[in-house]
Amino acid sequence: MADLGEELLQAVATARDQGQPLSIAGTGSKSFLTRPETAVRDSRLLSTVEHTGVVDYRPDELVVTVRTGTLLRELAQTLAREGQMLGFEPPEFRGLGTVGGAVASGLAGPGRPARGSVRDAVLGVQMINGLGERLVFGGQVMKNVAGFDVSRLQAGAYGMLGLLLEVSLKVLPRPQAELTLRLEKSATDAHAEMRRWARLPHPISAAAWLEEGLWVRLSGAEAAVNQTAAALGGEHQTDNDFWSGLKDHGLPLFRRDGLCCRHLPPASAPSAEDELIEWLGARRWSTSAPGAVGYQPFAAGFARHRCRDGGGDGKIADYQARLKAAFDPDSLFNPELTDADVPA
Amino acid sequence: MSEAPEQNPQPPPAAVTDAAKKQALARLRRALPRESLLTRPEQLKPYESDGLTALREMPWVVVLPETEDALRAVLEICREHGIPVVPRGAGTGLSGGARPSGDGVLLGLSKMNRILEVDLDNCAARVQPGVRNLAISEAVAEHGLYYAPDPSSQIACSIGGNVAENSGGVHCLKYGLTVNNVLGLKVLTLAGDELLIGGPGGDPESLDLLALFCGSEGLLGVVTEVWVRLLPVPPERRVLLAAFPTVEGAAGSVAAIIGRGLIPAGLEMMDTPAIQAAEAFVHAGYPANAGAILLCELDGVPAEVDADAEMVSRVFAEFGADEVQVATSTEEQARLWLGRKAAFPAVGRLAPDYYCMDGTIPRASLAEVLTRIGGLSERYGLAVANVFHAGDGNLHPLILYDANAPGELERAERFGADILALCVAAGGTVTGEHGVGVEKLDPMCGQFSAAELEQFARLKAAFDPDGLMNPGKAIPTLSRCSEIGGMHVHGGRLPFPNLERF
Repeated sequence: MADLGEELLQAVATARDQGQPLSIAGTGSKSFLTRPETAVRDSRLLSTVEHTGVVDYRPDELVVTVRTGTLLRELAQTLAREGQMLGFEPPEFRGLGTVGGAVASGLAGPGRPARGSVRDAVLGVQMINGLGERLVFGGQVMKNVAGFDVSRLQAGAYGMLGLLLEVSLKVLPRPQAELTLRLEKSATDAHAEMRRWARLPHPISAAAWLEEGLWVRLSGAEAAVNQTAAALGGEHQTDNDFWSGLKDHGLPLFRRDGLCCRHLPPASAPSAEDELIEWLGARRWSTSAPGAVGYQPFAAGFARHRCRDGGGDGKIADYQARLKAAFDPDSLFNPELTDADVPA
Repeated sequence: MSEAPEQNPQPPPAAVTDAAKKQALARLRRALPRESLLTRPEQLKPYESDGLTALREMPWVVVLPETEDALRAVLEICREHGIPVVPRGAGTGLSGGARPSGDGVLLGLSKMNRILEVDLDNCAARVQPGVRNLAISEAVAEHGLYYAPDPSSQIACSIGGNVAENSGGVHCLKYGLTVNNVLGLKVLTLAGDELLIGGPGGDPESLDLLALFCGSEGLLGVVTEVWVRLLPVPPERRVLLAAFPTVEGAAGSVAAIIGRGLIPAGLEMMDTPAIQAAEAFVHAGYPANAGAILLCELDGVPAEVDADAEMVSRVFAEFGADEVQVATSTEEQARLWLGRKAAFPAVGRLAPDYYCMDGTIPRASLAEVLTRIGGLSERYGLAVANVFHAGDGNLHPLILYDANAPGELERAERFGADILALCVAAGGTVTGEHGVGVEKLDPMCGQFSAAELEQFARLKAAFDPDGLMNPGKAIPTLSRCSEIGGMHVHGGRLPFPNLERF
């Protein structure tokens, strides 16, 4: 537990003076997400791993402020002691993921449709921009409309706008009761069932289809969970392994070559290639997608935008680039994410 | 490190010449149908302010485009002649965000008011910016769906305005703000670029422009379409009202309910002056002698609501509630909410004018902040009633004054500024949901450093290099802050003794 804010600020200032690009990294648990094949322009590693610790935690206020090098695993333990958790269920990737990486990547887990995305939970940030200035945006309160929402903008920005030093996150109470059911279903039937659930006020906190099984997690008041479980049927599961395997990409599917993920309007009909359907239909995984536009591995930054099918006239990328320049005019941060020449 | 000489990243736009206005007006006349261009004083008058009526200015002209093509033409003309554009939804905003510019076009979006698509399969709807908030829920009610954010002006306010202000409402504790309930946007920038941001499918692919546009107060572009998320209507609702002898008991209950793992749909507090004003006005059956009341709304499946109501009742008893009323029928619930919903007009009957503040504080500071507001009230000789979105820490002190009494408006404004400074020093913010607009430009100097304000200005310039989109709103210039002696007290980082300076 240490505050390396001053050292990091100094490191950015020095790099700026030297025109030395910086690659921001925590433990590197997500390095496989960001195109390792891309040549990195002589950048120097700027590590947050020792910038750790919970700065402020107010369980009654449902908010925690954390230094970005803190391991998600450790934060989860701190929150669990107060009966709380991060609603967006970030993947911890072998227990190595950091809070900064979770926010910077914007990756959410199984609870995302019911409990919101990463940026939905971001209330404030302290960051260093490309001018070497330490800035604070947002705060520790749920409602705050003072100034542009720069803190939520950091979720999924992969550090392109600056180095995150601290983030304030909304936390949620752990549910009183939770249970998991597995129903035997084809992809089509499972998808139809998920879409039916989306229209009903069930206490469903996650649902996913994999290998002819529709998994559903019920969370909430005990009576409500039991009542819904009785109505849905299926077989009760005694442990939580499926959900942790899904969240942390520990299931065997995630070790297969060529695995791709795509985001879709959730009601889109399942295709024969879908091997895993989650988020009530909004996120699909496949290892055999025929080079369709939109099927891409995780890839950060502007590249991610170019992978998108349909919509827009390409202007968004221009504004993204201008936004990047507004925070980091000399392209100091994470050049490997923005220099990549990715085919559209 | 050497720094370039300090300069404002975006200087204010140059004054608009009469020649430029004349040319622009001629082009606007050609581009728009007669009924979409208002120029006569009696036509302009209704647009001289938004819901913050103390700040008025007559616009140069008002345009009310009905189509995207017309809107695009207006923006092009304004850009080419250097004319400021002030977007306006329904004009219900409370911070002067839509106050016109005497040199500018007031861009009213009220005629772009169609629901374009209801996508029941994806639980989403695509609407134009002028659609009223409540009209969305009304349009999908037959399918058992609704749009969750419900600002108190929801009968009148528009979804475009909601996006611009990132509006909340009494149910945002559980269901989130506008930013958490909007799936996509279509935006037109002043340069005429159309940006399609998000949509009904999945998370954003890159920098989250959707989050950025929510709450951007019309400074970055004009929203021309909004994809909203629709939720299933909860099958059961219950409203509990608890009366406490003191504010502390009510505040303790709020912390305990949330600390024990329950997030109610709504959790509202009123203090004695607000209770008495509401009771005298609408006779909702509030206990008029209470030191504070809490209104707690629970929703969900029936078994869940039963369990939650039991827990909340236990907490109320534990924290010394004198009286608890439980409303299960729609009529009783409406009665209990009536007093809260009528609180502003009710307080309005107590004095010729009132000034509504909008700070947010960590809930733990509530009792202390209210005590200090009481002290300020005595010092300024002005009464104050407090209405509080207790669950999320958003405080609305209503300062009572008489604008016709010499000096009272200025006193009320100074009182309000002190309240906002209290909020910032307690670790909160100068605006929870009403926006900065014009009203809170000065308090922004206290909440943000010069470097942060400059970062905001560079961000704006990335979307609006000409600086013509709603200029002078939301983000104060550095020179303004130095003129008022900008006192930067960052996010509660200073210790509490600093409160004494007010």
